[in-house]
Amino acid sequence: MNGAGLNEALWALGRGTGVVALVMFTVAMVLGIASRSGRPLPGLGRFGVSDLHRTASLTGVGLVAVHLTSLLFDPFAQLRLVDLVLPFLASYRPFWLGLGTLAVDTLAVVAVVSLLRVRVGPRVFRAVHWATYALWPVALTHALGSGTDRGTLWLRAVAAGCVLAVVVAVGWRLTPSYAERGWSRHPRRTA
Amino acid sequence: MSAVPMTAPPGTRLLLDGTGADHAAHLARYGALPRPGLADLLAAVHHSGLTGRGGAGFPTETKMRAVAAGSRRPVIVGNGLEGEPLSAKDAVLLGRNPHLVLDGLELLARALRARRTVLAVPADADTSAVGSVGRARGVSVVPLAGGFVAGQESALVHQLEGGPPTPQDPFTRVTESGVDGRPTLVLNVETLAQLALVARYGAAWFRGIGSADDPGTSLFTISGSVRHPGVVEAERGSILRDVLAPAEPMEASAVLVGGYHGAWVPASGLGVRLTARDLAAYGVSVGAGVLHVLDVRACPVEFAAEVADYLASESTRQCGPCLNGLPRMATDLRRLAAGVRDNALPGSIRRMSRLVTGRGACAHPDGSARFVASTLDVFRGHVAAHLEGWCPSAQRRAAS
Amino acid sequence: MPVRAAEGCLVTTRLHIDWTRCDGHGSCAELLPELLTVDDFGFPLTRFADRDPVVPPRDEDAARHAVRSCPVMALRLYDAS
Repeated sequence: MNGAGLNEALWALGRGTGVVALVMFTVAMVLGIASRSGRPLPGLGRFGVSDLHRTASLTGVGLVAVHLTSLLFDPFAQLRLVDLVLPFLASYRPFWLGLGTLAVDTLAVVAVVSLLRVRVGPRVFRAVHWATYALWPVALTHALGSGTDRGTLWLRAVAAGCVLAVVVAVGWRLTPSYAERGWSRHPRRTA
Repeated sequence: MSAVPMTAPPGTRLLLDGTGADHAAHLARYGALPRPGLADLLAAVHHSGLTGRGGAGFPTETKMRAVAAGSRRPVIVGNGLEGEPLSAKDAVLLGRNPHLVLDGLELLARALRARRTVLAVPADADTSAVGSVGRARGVSVVPLAGGFVAGQESALVHQLEGGPPTPQDPFTRVTESGVDGRPTLVLNVETLAQLALVARYGAAWFRGIGSADDPGTSLFTISGSVRHPGVVEAERGSILRDVLAPAEPMEASAVLVGGYHGAWVPASGLGVRLTARDLAAYGVSVGAGVLHVLDVRACPVEFAAEVADYLASESTRQCGPCLNGLPRMATDLRRLAAGVRDNALPGSIRRMSRLVTGRGACAHPDGSARFVASTLDVFRGHVAAHLEGWCPSAQRRAAS
Repeated sequence: MPVRAAEGCLVTTRLHIDWTRCDGHGSCAELLPELLTVDDFGFPLTRFADRDPVVPPRDEDAARHAVRSCPVMALRLYDAS
């Protein structure tokens, strides 16, 4: 493969992994809300929902890692290591890319804290996990504005599907019956 | 209730004959405080057979050894919180004999090389006297929030750490890691006072009174249908009737031994000895020495319903079975007391009492279940009457 | 139920529930139906009297899964021998 071909492959890989990662995080958001509800999903049970949430999240993290690696090596992206940490300093579409930086930094913290949750304890774990509600819209916005697929129908369709799923899930989260968990409970203090 | 100490039954010790705040008089009466090393103090406590006077009756030596085994210098805590509403002995002891309690703390602090020594007292009580006496002797007297469960070991430690009075998961014992992560020895103030006597006069002296498997004396709080409620001192293993005698009980249907987490001894059983073995027949232990006399004209089911409501409201609401189960028991007892003729009620109450037992971070649901189950057992006939639509106590009241 | 490990010592594993954390989520009872069921309020109920039920070796994998699965980290396994 010649240099131009390699660059195109890297760019395609970067775009592909980015979009699939977004879908993974959408699935993770929805399953996370389903898991918190304490209700089983048919065929999965309650534990299956938690397991799938974890799998989707970790898959998303893996895809983001590939996304970043391929873009770091692709000259067209003009991505430097510093752009992974400090936002809005890139040469190519700095604003949209900067959102990606913020998303990745937040994701790193959430992922590390989640993997170390036994060590940090449930309170810290829960507090950090709330950040996913900010992480997801930032990642979505980054996906819509960065890259050469901006404005394409397929990307907008995927994004619309993701937005619909999360809006429905969050809407459910906000209804009073969500806390019922399928059994009657009194409000309680949690550790 | 008034906390007036009375002439004690035979076997009076020296707990209630304190000198108040006067340290010099205290030393004159009891003698100088010895300074035993850890090994000597453990040996004395071992031979004395001293058990905790805060309700759980745990062997004091075992707790001391657990704390001594830690690698860090421990924290010693005197527990004067006395969350049980029917109990007043700790308040009386701290008022009449604070120096003996402080002696106990000093002995332990020295033997165990404690980093910190604390005396926990209720914030809503007048603790100025104890406060100044304690500070003069290098003990930090800390007023803490009360509440029924606040005196539980891990809840007390949690408060000392700045948190709310909520019990913590018992997987980590406070004797391993408590205040500041240090091994923490929490002892009831009466236990500390007894310890101070054992250190001075020896294990043999301590064992000279009381029973072989439960030696020494302890304080009892007598309340309810008696002419002279108050705090008495009696030897362990005394007969219940004898301990109650000075208080002059009126016509009793039963006595609640052990407070709101205790169990009933019916009037026919007042000859029982207040030892763990004898009381086991009634499903209870001596606990913190609470003796509440129920009059024949008071409805036990009504009384139990009020207590169950109180216990449900005192749940710290951390654990699902307690938070949900205790109100259910209380509601069913209320209905039974009100004369709802539902034959399923006793069974439903018993089932809920079994369901909450052993399923929480502390013994609050267990104790509450014990009290409720005991009510249904001892007052079986009374409950049956309620289900038939009448109340024997109400009839008595009408007749008198 | 104790088993003999390779070294010839007895190992008894127990499951501890931290009741201050438990929120009645219910994954544990799904994964360990032989040890746990669910009470009226959705909280785990040990089938036998034990406060911390013994985990037989055949259920150890499921128990570890349950410990990981608990969203509020209310479970732990420990060696009670």
